[in-house]
Amino acid sequence: MTKGSVKFENVTKSYGEFVALKPLSIDIAPGTLCTLLGPSGCGKTTTLRLIAGLESATAGRILIGGQDVTHLSATYRPVSMVFQSYALFPHMTVLENVAYGLSVKRVPKAEAKDRAETGLELVGLSGFGSRLPSELSGGQQQRVAVARAIVLEPEVLLLDEPLSNLDAKLRRHVREEIRQIQQRLELTAVYVTHDQEEAMAVSDRIIVMKNAEIAQEGTPHDLYERPASAFIADFIGDANLLDTEVIATGDETRIRLLGQELTLPLTAKHTGAAKLVLRPHQVRIGSETLPGSLPAEVTYAAYLGNQIQYTLKSEAGEIFAVAPPVAQPFRQGDNVHFSWADNAPRIVMT
Amino acid sequence: MTRTAAIWLFVGLAGYVFLPWYMTPHGFWSFGWVIDPQGGGESGLYHLLSGRFWLVGPLLGILAGFAVLGIIKPPIARSRGFIITATAGLALMIAQGLLIKNAGRAAAEVSLWQPGMGAGAFVVALSLLFVLTSGISGLGKGRGDAFITSLIGLIVALVAVFVFYPMSFILVQAFALKGGQGYGISEFLPRFFDDTVWSLACLMGSGYCGAAVNSLVLGLSTALGTTVMGLAFALVFTRTAFPAKPFLRILSILPIITPPFVIGLVLILLFGRSGTITVYLSDFLGTEKTRWLYGFWGVWLAQMLSFTPIAFLVLIGVVEGVSPSIEEASQTLDATAWQTFHRVSLPLMRPGLANAFLLGFIESVADFGNPLVLGGNFNVLSTEIYYAIVGTVADPAKAGILSITLLSMTLVAFLAQRKWLGKKNYATVTGKADNGQNAALNPGMKWACYALALPWAAFTLVLYGLILLGSFVKLWGYDHTLTLEHYTRAFGMVFRNGVHFVGSAWDSYFTTLTIAAISAPLTALVGLLTAYLLVRQKFAGKDAFEFSTMLSFAIPGTVIGVAYVMAFNFPPIELTGTAIILILVFVFRNMPVGLRGGIAAMSQLDKSLDEASIMLGANSATTLRRVILPLLGPAILAAITYSFVRAITSVSAVIFLVSARHNMATAFIVGRVENNEYGIAIAYSAVLIVTMLVAILLLQALIGRRTLRRTDRVQTA
Repeated sequence: MTKGSVKFENVTKSYGEFVALKPLSIDIAPGTLCTLLGPSGCGKTTTLRLIAGLESATAGRILIGGQDVTHLSATYRPVSMVFQSYALFPHMTVLENVAYGLSVKRVPKAEAKDRAETGLELVGLSGFGSRLPSELSGGQQQRVAVARAIVLEPEVLLLDEPLSNLDAKLRRHVREEIRQIQQRLELTAVYVTHDQEEAMAVSDRIIVMKNAEIAQEGTPHDLYERPASAFIADFIGDANLLDTEVIATGDETRIRLLGQELTLPLTAKHTGAAKLVLRPHQVRIGSETLPGSLPAEVTYAAYLGNQIQYTLKSEAGEIFAVAPPVAQPFRQGDNVHFSWADNAPRIVMT
Repeated sequence: MTRTAAIWLFVGLAGYVFLPWYMTPHGFWSFGWVIDPQGGGESGLYHLLSGRFWLVGPLLGILAGFAVLGIIKPPIARSRGFIITATAGLALMIAQGLLIKNAGRAAAEVSLWQPGMGAGAFVVALSLLFVLTSGISGLGKGRGDAFITSLIGLIVALVAVFVFYPMSFILVQAFALKGGQGYGISEFLPRFFDDTVWSLACLMGSGYCGAAVNSLVLGLSTALGTTVMGLAFALVFTRTAFPAKPFLRILSILPIITPPFVIGLVLILLFGRSGTITVYLSDFLGTEKTRWLYGFWGVWLAQMLSFTPIAFLVLIGVVEGVSPSIEEASQTLDATAWQTFHRVSLPLMRPGLANAFLLGFIESVADFGNPLVLGGNFNVLSTEIYYAIVGTVADPAKAGILSITLLSMTLVAFLAQRKWLGKKNYATVTGKADNGQNAALNPGMKWACYALALPWAAFTLVLYGLILLGSFVKLWGYDHTLTLEHYTRAFGMVFRNGVHFVGSAWDSYFTTLTIAAISAPLTALVGLLTAYLLVRQKFAGKDAFEFSTMLSFAIPGTVIGVAYVMAFNFPPIELTGTAIILILVFVFRNMPVGLRGGIAAMSQLDKSLDEASIMLGANSATTLRRVILPLLGPAILAAITYSFVRAITSVSAVIFLVSARHNMATAFIVGRVENNEYGIAIAYSAVLIVTMLVAILLLQALIGRRTLRRTDRVQTA
């Protein structure tokens, strides 16, 4: 069944000289939540708006549910969208907002009202129908926007940074709700965000974009555990990137780091200059020289209650590390040695 | 796309087969043409079959469109087909209209002659245009939305036909040779550089200057004066603790609802030969009664009074736009109030000052009413154009040449304004809350501003008092007995078997109100739709589109009046003497006003509101109707009010276009002034001012109340 699938075939978008999207091919499976993740200006919003039909592709083909919609105007595409600003119509009540899409499609009034009320119920806002959007809190407005988008029973639901206007605590709650609704209705959803934690939390699949093209795509687990580049390693979860060199690779890899030769239980792509990816929680700090440990100096230490954060200076670069709280933490200026658990680090080529 | 095109093809065919192709003698809406066999109600098809073979062009366009609809199936090729056939049909239609005019009017029926286009032609042209635009949308332009491409096409066509087409006549006429011997450059240059236009004699102290020189000097002086006065008022308003600020606001609105020459009239009551002050001075001080008012100084004074409020309204925004925190920063750096003003605030206001100056210049050289009333021997371009058309010897070539001169001046100012001010943005108001205090003026500046502004405000107030007083006085300067005579003569009513409007002014009064009431919503509609396209849509040639729609702001009323007379006096579009031409001239002259208001208002509406509506399956037309227009309430009100007022007070363009059947209030008043019937003229002006005040209040009560409640809700997200 292809209903709800989204497919790009070498789609490009440029504004005059400016290239907003290099040839892009993606394939989103029906019923999944796929996130477009990346820093601002990476082309993720352009991609979303191309699916929506709010921008027209410069070249290439866009298929939704197996049907070519490249030249179809946004009005007639089987998608709906939740906007960053919610874009609730301020002159209509909540119920009128939710029923708007039905009413412009000439659904009979009584039926439109019923379906809109069902939609509000789904997002837990029954009884708020007669209020104006301005009389709701930010989180409630957010949910009205979701209800308005899903009462049309779209093949694909688009979400453009839907949580960015909410405060941090509410954000986690609402993103769980969105994920639950998406799974319950088995909707295909395309979600745009620049927040990697949010992306990791909600997605079946993540497409990371950079400079108007795909940097890497995969499941959240793939991206975190097997970053294809220094950019991904740094962008998905915090990472320390240490300058290193791959001397030999095979079933194991020999690298040179801070003058020492070390063996890692992994396979690198090839030999040459590379970065060692070391997550902050993987760093182990000690005062004594052990085999395989490397020298560094503590330049900053902060006690946060549940953990201690260190910034270390080493020849291979700055290292950010978190450690469980202890009675005698290291202090600024201490000379220490750092190491890691055997299978912890990853190698990305530069 | 295909459905839209098909519908318009049928509409076009129906228009061709059933509607009267040419203008019907008694107007379309009287429907006399339906039954009257002699009424000229014959359709395009009838005319085609009875010998007017050239009418086959548009029909071919429509039929070819049907052929495309039936034969070509692939959407892209079909869209191309529509574009080609509709363009061809339109081109053939325009060509026959321009080529076959009254070439052989004297000869028999078979001759190449036809009257002006009527309802049928209009419908056919519109249908072909929309088939063309839906074809374009089928190629994916305008996001594939036929409504958008059609709207763009419609507005481009309207501006082309009602702004550029008439303006081209001015250009052509300017090159006309004497005695109708065709066109050429041989007479243009000598006439263009003629002494009556460019003479500098008055500067040397001998004789009169040319009209262009006069206009230029007057324009610069008025622009300078109004900018200084406007700044003084703006500073008093925003940077002092002056107690009667609301009063200044009211004073700034009054001239907007005052017909342009009324100030001139009242000045005559004060400073004219038998004016109060002139008489007083000669009686008590023994000075001579002079005619100084009739000339440069009189016109300048009247324009200063008329246009200072415009500069004030521009500059108050600018002065308020200087962020208090910037001035506070300057003061914490130990600058004095004067240093802060001189070195920080004033430079920030510079673009606003330039804007006010250029606006003042455009208004001054385009002004027609004040020079007409007070000019005397001081000839300016706008009045010279008028006399070239209505004078004893009509000289369209001269009118054309003078119009080009005047147009060049306003265009240069308009272009300068756009070029210099378009890109720089000195506005220091940011999205952040700004709670500081604007620096107060230093005492010297403060008293200088008071000294300029307050006597001027008092003077303006006296003048408005005189408008009222003058209308009740029998003959100003000679017989000061109070009387209602002027009102009864102009607005007399007899109650016998119903109401009879016997006053001489009623006809023009009702015509004015009707035409203003029809044109105001149309103006607002065209302006707001254009603003919607400019703010919300992206399309090729948008800059040129914006420029051409704004252009009519720079065209002086006199020039557009002359252009309309020249262009619409004969087929293919024959409109002189009708009410339609008056409505059209108002719509396209005042459109920039609605446009600017619309752009400002629409820029404040989050674009995601439209996009949300589109994503929910509404098309652009529905979005416009159900989301954007309801949220634009106040802007719509402002646009309607302003175009209504401008339609009533306008004089320069309409004076060429009024006819016995459709006379306008301002033209009527100018006629009374020319007969020295000042009493009636002033009484009528007072009635107009009161009418407009009532209309504004009514409009606000009707639309304003509802929209105000709605705008209170515009706190999205």
